[in-house]
Amino acid sequence: MKRKIILSFFLLFPIFAFLLSLCIGVYKIPLLAIIKIIVVKTIETATFGKLSFDLNPYPTVYQTVLLQIRLPRIIAAMLVGSALAISGAVLQATFRNPLVDSYIVGISAGAAFGAALAIGFFPASVELMAFIFAMIAMTLTYSLAKIKGRVTVISLILAGIIINAFFSALTSMLKFLMEHEKLAAVVYWLMGSFNGADWNVVSRIAIPIILGSLAIFLMRWHLNVLSMGEEAQILGIDVGKMRLIYISIVSFITAISVAHCGIIGWVGLIMPHIVRMAFGPDHKTLIPLSIAIGAGFMVLADDVARALTTFEIPIGIVTTLLGIPFFVYLLRKTGGEW
Amino acid sequence: MVNSEVELEVKLDAKLEVKNLRFKYNGFELLASLEVKKGEILTLLGPNGSGKTTMLKCIYGILKPKAPCIYIDGEDLHSMSLKNRAKKIGYVPQIHHPSFPYTVLEFVVMGRASQIQVFDSPGEEDYKMAMDALKLVGIVDLADKPYTQISGGQLQLALIARALVQNPEVILFDEPTAHLDFKNKIKISNIIRKITLSKKTATILTLHDPNLAGMYSDKIALIKGGRIYSAGKPEEVLNEKVLGDVYEMRVRVVDVDSFKLIIPDPTY
Repeated sequence: MKRKIILSFFLLFPIFAFLLSLCIGVYKIPLLAIIKIIVVKTIETATFGKLSFDLNPYPTVYQTVLLQIRLPRIIAAMLVGSALAISGAVLQATFRNPLVDSYIVGISAGAAFGAALAIGFFPASVELMAFIFAMIAMTLTYSLAKIKGRVTVISLILAGIIINAFFSALTSMLKFLMEHEKLAAVVYWLMGSFNGADWNVVSRIAIPIILGSLAIFLMRWHLNVLSMGEEAQILGIDVGKMRLIYISIVSFITAISVAHCGIIGWVGLIMPHIVRMAFGPDHKTLIPLSIAIGAGFMVLADDVARALTTFEIPIGIVTTLLGIPFFVYLLRKTGGEW
Repeated sequence: MVNSEVELEVKLDAKLEVKNLRFKYNGFELLASLEVKKGEILTLLGPNGSGKTTMLKCIYGILKPKAPCIYIDGEDLHSMSLKNRAKKIGYVPQIHHPSFPYTVLEFVVMGRASQIQVFDSPGEEDYKMAMDALKLVGIVDLADKPYTQISGGQLQLALIARALVQNPEVILFDEPTAHLDFKNKIKISNIIRKITLSKKTATILTLHDPNLAGMYSDKIALIKGGRIYSAGKPEEVLNEKVLGDVYEMRVRVVDVDSFKLIIPDPTY
């Protein structure tokens, strides 16, 4: 019973966060107007415009702010939040390591370098370059971490630190060489932000992230088996092949997120832990609930980023500041033993 | 009974054959030929470093000998896919390093992995099999406990249950009693015998204790320096001469109530 209550809380959380975020913003819109516009637009969309209503008493700027500014930004934040949370959960399982996510193993830094390279110097697809370098970074981290055929919790983290530093240095080099107009945009983008998230961005990230997440969602139970490590082989699992599949998918959705919204740390690391503390480690529940709270958390963090002060705070800063106290709590509670 | 349908398909003369196994490692060569029938326990006995565990790993295919040498009902085991192999043969490792605190039931049901498609999850039937396996090894009351919080003996039982839900025809146990106390050694050994008889598996163990081997094995192979020094029924091979040669020490075999007790000679 108690489990069901917590479960529904987890599942309702992103919906609550979504509705709340629509109401939050620098531009003040009366709550009643927001509700009316949402209801009307939902009905219109659901009936493919066959039913339409007059929203005349409200200035059109209300609709513009809600539908052209807040809504796409909220959707982008939710997509990226769930992508990062899934990535964290998958990497933690495949490496049997509760302390990793796509940021720590260097996937994000690799993706950022690839994207910066495409933005500044190569007229190539930003997403593709981000993905290629995300995979390169992951491969480098993994090979560095492998000592005498084994990857330990610590060796993987240390290798991640090295590869992070390496790609950050390369990205700094690119910034140094970049033209001035591009530089400002790149610097701001790298700190992580949903500021530029319009419908165009949503249309470019939605399909890859939804497909990638769906694939992981469908394959989620086998993450349990893969978290047995090499031993999974005796249960009939091709460990090397399965690891490659899972890691490629999460590198892909991370790369898409980084290419459009920059590096956002800590979300991927912490979301799976919150779910594990409430529901245990079974990936049958861990994956869907990580998606739910990853989406909800990210959109709330973005509310803080855009509405707490009169200027926009990069969201990477917000998630880090929110994430660190939680991580300290986790470390203290478990005494560092997972 | 766990999945009686599958069991009926098993051929009555099912057996595991090791034909001219030859494997080189660390400048040391392993040579062996063995045979285990369904419903039989074969124990590999020998000193540390004699090659028992390596032999077990070669049989399973964790280590790969160059030429095919392991056959289940005449079928070459090492040319099978990992999936099909896991349906034929179960392996109970000596040491298990837990990762996340899965419940015992969630842990055991992972033994079904080879029968579950990648886009699928275990169904009611799979969980039922896992519960049956837990009943068989006697830890069904631990089903909902995190498997990181159970004792070493209980973890061994959970590992055995996980191998059982694979529905294997052959089960390999790598020193199943190594970390257990006096009582649990007997308990685990009894369960291994129970499984071998009721599931009609061809069972291979590695053991360190010749008395335990004598009590539970149908056949014993004594291993020394990567070779089978002597093999046969317990009463044929567990004598002072053979044991003395294999362990390179003086051993006495004493009759206690018709049971042959093997004791080392400490004065040696």
